[in-house]
Amino acid sequence: MSANKGRIKIVHIYPREMSIYGDLGNTRALASRLRWHGYEPVVHQHHPGNDFPTDAHLVLGGGGQDSGQARVEDDLAHNADVLRALAADGTPMLMICGMYQLFGNAFITVQGERLPGIGILDVTTQGNAKRMIGPVVLRTAYGDVVGYENHSGSTKLAPGQQPFGTVRSGMGNNGIDATEGAVTGNVFGSYLHGPLLPANPRFADALIKLAVERALCALFVPGLIDDEIADQARTRQVRRLVRR
Amino acid sequence: MAAGKAARAASRLRGGGSALPGLVVETVDPRFLSNALADLARGVVVVTGTNGKTTTTKMLVAILREHGLTVFTNPTGSNFTRGVISSMLAEIPLSGRLRADIAVLELDEAHALKFASSVKPTHSLLLNVARDQLDRFAEIDHTAKLLADLAEQTTTGVVLNIDDSFVSRIAGRVPDGVTVTYFGVDPSIADRLPELQEADVRFEDEFTPPRPSDADGLLKPHDERSFEVRFGQTERVGPLVLKQRGLAAMINATAAVTTAKALLAKEFRQSGAVAALERVEPPFGRGEVIDADGQPLELVLVKNPAGFTVALGTYGNAPVTTMVAINDNYADGRDVSWLYDVSFESLREKGVALTSGVRAYDMALRLKYDDVAVAEVEPDLGVALERFLTAYRNEPKRIFCTYTAMMALRRDLATRYGLANFGEDPA
Repeated sequence: MSANKGRIKIVHIYPREMSIYGDLGNTRALASRLRWHGYEPVVHQHHPGNDFPTDAHLVLGGGGQDSGQARVEDDLAHNADVLRALAADGTPMLMICGMYQLFGNAFITVQGERLPGIGILDVTTQGNAKRMIGPVVLRTAYGDVVGYENHSGSTKLAPGQQPFGTVRSGMGNNGIDATEGAVTGNVFGSYLHGPLLPANPRFADALIKLAVERALCALFVPGLIDDEIADQARTRQVRRLVRR
Repeated sequence: MAAGKAARAASRLRGGGSALPGLVVETVDPRFLSNALADLARGVVVVTGTNGKTTTTKMLVAILREHGLTVFTNPTGSNFTRGVISSMLAEIPLSGRLRADIAVLELDEAHALKFASSVKPTHSLLLNVARDQLDRFAEIDHTAKLLADLAEQTTTGVVLNIDDSFVSRIAGRVPDGVTVTYFGVDPSIADRLPELQEADVRFEDEFTPPRPSDADGLLKPHDERSFEVRFGQTERVGPLVLKQRGLAAMINATAAVTTAKALLAKEFRQSGAVAALERVEPPFGRGEVIDADGQPLELVLVKNPAGFTVALGTYGNAPVTTMVAINDNYADGRDVSWLYDVSFESLREKGVALTSGVRAYDMALRLKYDDVAVAEVEPDLGVALERFLTAYRNEPKRIFCTYTAMMALRRDLATRYGLANFGEDPA
């Protein structure tokens, strides 16, 4: 019997068009962990053309194909002001891969065409012929984080833009400067699938804490969760991939 | 070619490694394939798509052999070009020409196209497109394009899945003069399509399926095991019952029958097709049942969300003691994210006895997020199998496993229970 400490509304944007690499797992993980902590998760799926729920406590987005990105562009542009207002107001958001790129300033295609993003993260992505694919280990404010990257875009942070983590193994934003992802306020962008949250519960709970304290105006009261299996999954990947 | 034969003998001694000798020959003589497959009287058939290649190939070969043809095939599920060359080496005289009426080859999507660059297939059977090994193919749209490119290279006939919009729309890319035939499900069971394919990556608004003609085979199940394949208003193949369970096996049989009928034309006998299909044993690791100390042990290969979902649906109404083995080598797909696109709720009631493989803990974690209890996690496959066989000795068992985990487990099981080795399929 879990005491209901309050309802938390998770909004997953474009789950059909932008979730072919298992990023739905982030939504599953947050919903399960909220329940285990004693809160009541409500998952809302936002599809193109529908009204955007302005009462979101946490917003999640994933990676898709080029054709998927094309299908969401108009809706994203239409809701850009709502998302920017939510972000400015401190709503936690996690954008993976394609949605991370679309949350940046722009995506420059291989042919040189400039596709504008919604500019919440101060990053710009350049399309490449070669994909960056493989397992990744990061050092972050939430300890080691593991995942899997699969992207052709090479992302540069503007001066002053904080990355999500530092690459210990893998390519990250661009394979050059050892940065991965971006953080502005409570908005996180990252290339990491895996999916990112299940095996990195410290980061998952950090997002939950932000959402809970914003939604309920009360301190986050965590439940007791046994994360032994998640810790094993993560530390084994770190041991496989990082040379000491 | 002698170099390849020596490598084949060497790898036989080591046990396994079905693509190694092919790799040697492919490096030595890139024209080997076109030379060996030239002049086969009935042509070269390529079977490709995301799911069901091995099973469908085996079924098609069985039907053609039942009709008296000498068929060359790659029976090991080694569906890269090299695997094809490897299996040829055993059957080719030093002259380099294959003695067969027809070749039926299972190739993965990328290698099918590579193959077509040296040998134009006379026929291709395109099964389906689903998310699979996105670390290799990057995008589903890309996989669909590979199949379309293969269709363009085909010289006589293309068989397409009518229900899979990624596949059926390839009809528009087939060259003039090349026949298009479809297989699919009968409209009366259209509501069961979600069991066979993922809907969430398809956008129905753009897709109107073509209308089937009398040459197109449609699956009509009678119950859980019995079904028939319908051609037009009157022609029927069946009723028949396969040894392999499930709707996915039935649609594979439908694809095989439709293709055989297109290939054999007037020679096609429905009684022959039924007899052949009813005798086909499930391929290694595709629902193969092994007698383990008097109890059935099923090996089920899982490679992608659609395949795992179909497998769980097929076996969901008969829960048994379960092990799941997940590796992340190249042939398995190095990214295991896809496990989160499968729902494991059907395993909740009985739980999972063991997870194993390199990503044993990731699998256990995935199950935990679906509230499925896991009794034990043991990454070492050999240790896990030993534990599974002894601790649950008197119960029916099932192992869901990725490709390289399946190869390792199958080898171990072959030694324990005296089974045929890979490439030495008794059927």
